[in-house]
Amino acid sequence: MSAAISIKNLDVVFGDKVDPALKLLDQGKTRQQIIEATGSIVGVHNANIDVQQGEICVLMGLSGSGKSSLLRAVNGLNPISRGSVLVADGNGHVDLGNCDAKTLRRIRAERVSMVFQKFALMPWLSVLDNVAYGLELMGQGKAERHQKAMEKLEMVGLADWKDSLPSELSGGMQQRVGLARAFAMDSDILLMDEPFSALDPLIRAQLQDELLELQRNLNKTILFVSHDLDEALKIGTNICIMESARIIQHGAPEDIVMNPANAYVEDFVAHTNPLNVLAGRSLMTAADKLSKTNGDVLVCGEKSLWLAADGKSAHCHGKNVPVQECSSRGNGSIPATGTMAITTPDISMRRAIEIRYATEQPVILMEKGKLVGVLTDHNFYHAMLGKHFGCNDAKVMAG
Amino acid sequence: MNWLADNKLPLGAWMETFVDWLTNHGAWFFDLTAVSLEWVITSLVELFQWFHPGVPIVATAALAWFLHRSIPLVVFVVAAMLLIINLGYWNEMIETFVLVVTATVICILIGVPLGIFAAHKPWVYSYMRPVLDLMQTVPTFVYLIPTLVLFGLGVVPGLISTIIFAIASPIRLTYLGIRNVPEELIEAGKAFGATPRQLLWKVELPAAMPNIMAGVTQCIMLSLSMVVIAALVGADGLGKPVVRALNTVNISQGFEAGITIVLVAIILDRIFKAPGKAEV
Repeated sequence: MSAAISIKNLDVVFGDKVDPALKLLDQGKTRQQIIEATGSIVGVHNANIDVQQGEICVLMGLSGSGKSSLLRAVNGLNPISRGSVLVADGNGHVDLGNCDAKTLRRIRAERVSMVFQKFALMPWLSVLDNVAYGLELMGQGKAERHQKAMEKLEMVGLADWKDSLPSELSGGMQQRVGLARAFAMDSDILLMDEPFSALDPLIRAQLQDELLELQRNLNKTILFVSHDLDEALKIGTNICIMESARIIQHGAPEDIVMNPANAYVEDFVAHTNPLNVLAGRSLMTAADKLSKTNGDVLVCGEKSLWLAADGKSAHCHGKNVPVQECSSRGNGSIPATGTMAITTPDISMRRAIEIRYATEQPVILMEKGKLVGVLTDHNFYHAMLGKHFGCNDAKVMAG
Repeated sequence: MNWLADNKLPLGAWMETFVDWLTNHGAWFFDLTAVSLEWVITSLVELFQWFHPGVPIVATAALAWFLHRSIPLVVFVVAAMLLIINLGYWNEMIETFVLVVTATVICILIGVPLGIFAAHKPWVYSYMRPVLDLMQTVPTFVYLIPTLVLFGLGVVPGLISTIIFAIASPIRLTYLGIRNVPEELIEAGKAFGATPRQLLWKVELPAAMPNIMAGVTQCIMLSLSMVVIAALVGADGLGKPVVRALNTVNISQGFEAGITIVLVAIILDRIFKAPGKAEV
């Protein structure tokens, strides 16, 4: 399947002297040098990303890193100085770097919708008319667009507020209107420019959850800009980290947390909460690092706890220890105290700690009937102290 | 110094030559303008004076209610208009009202598009600004003379002078309003596929409307302040009794005519002020 958005060798340069700036860029000059020489500002340099249908791709970086410039190139709000931005359209693609104004307007109306950081609602229009705004621009009749807008307002839970003005709504509600306005266009691609940054933390978390919930049903392709790695880790299928106009790392959330590409990324990662990100597989002590005797595996040296290779039984100082399978999902029941829980390696760190806390035993990770690894307190402390960078060579020992 | 004074630059003579040239070559244009504007104004005055005074009073009160939903305002409007009839200035009030409204409409028709154009092309505004400053600072009497020469005695030179004096404010405030439309609203319009024309009509103009309306209200007030000066070149209306009172040192007539002008000003200001917005 081809990607919904495909960005190839994209450069975005702001200013009058684009060509000289591109030339200097090719000579390897820095952003600062280019500003001094030409007065032009490099927003994005040589970006390459593919975003698949149904994926949430988060562009992450400090302010000025070019993340918004990259996002705004995908609906042509920012100039595409060089390279291409391909947006899936019907069976083919449209290259925004090389299309006429009419095509660009059609792409904006039918294919790509946007949600803004400061909401950007029209203050003179009612909530309902704001949601219907894009449809009005497309020339849809009043009854038709109001009906569609009403549907979307119900989706974000603001049907009762349809006749209010945006200024009468709280920030969180205004951004829901912004979301509804984007959804009303029924476009597959959604650009979200720090949509939740202007909101207070509780409302932000709530809207993130709502977005994920809506996304489960809508399956849109979302390009999301954020400066908050926790937010990126929570909602991103993939994360793209940018630093001074360049993409420096692109990968799955766990990938970023486990293997930061450089000190800049490491800095971000050091300030995140690993509980929601890391999974059992990246935390565990692998099975091949555990001592084995007579086919039994020593899962905890301190307690001298042994597990049969098939995972069906365990013993400690000659006494049997009960073993029970347990779901790795957040809402399954947890075995009683003293019972050893067996689960799968995709378990989240938060769930694993909950199980460890309730059973007072190490957590066993098995996949297809084979022991994969073990999670003990040591593994958890290791991750919480941020020592999981390059975990593979860490001396994690159970015994 | 003597040399400087002896060799006086003929600035005034140049201007006179220019006006003469205009009179000679543009006579057909100025005559046409004068005739058609005069026809518009006299027809409007006749139309409004043809109604029983009750009709304009009820219509104005209804408009005030429709725009502002305020009973005190409606009561004030009715009382003020009854007082004007009582003072005997109803016909003069109609003449002044028509002059002010015509001047304001022309100012809006010319000023708002110019303001929009200037907002989109910053270099245009950099040329326009000194001209606007000049129009507002040059004493009115100075350009009253050439307008008098070009358009002849009557209501038209008064109207033209009023327009020259009042048009700067809708231009400036439209410019300001359009320039101050938040960038993210423009982006939102573009992001949802707006054409350039839609950007103007569905984003910029509605967003700038409070400012544009402030410009219109100011324009009305400035036009009213020109009423007396317009009377000097022969425009009918409330300015005439004021000029007459001045010439005859008639305190009571001056006071009554003055009060009537103030009442008209307050009625127009309160009615056309953007509803629900802070006062400008």
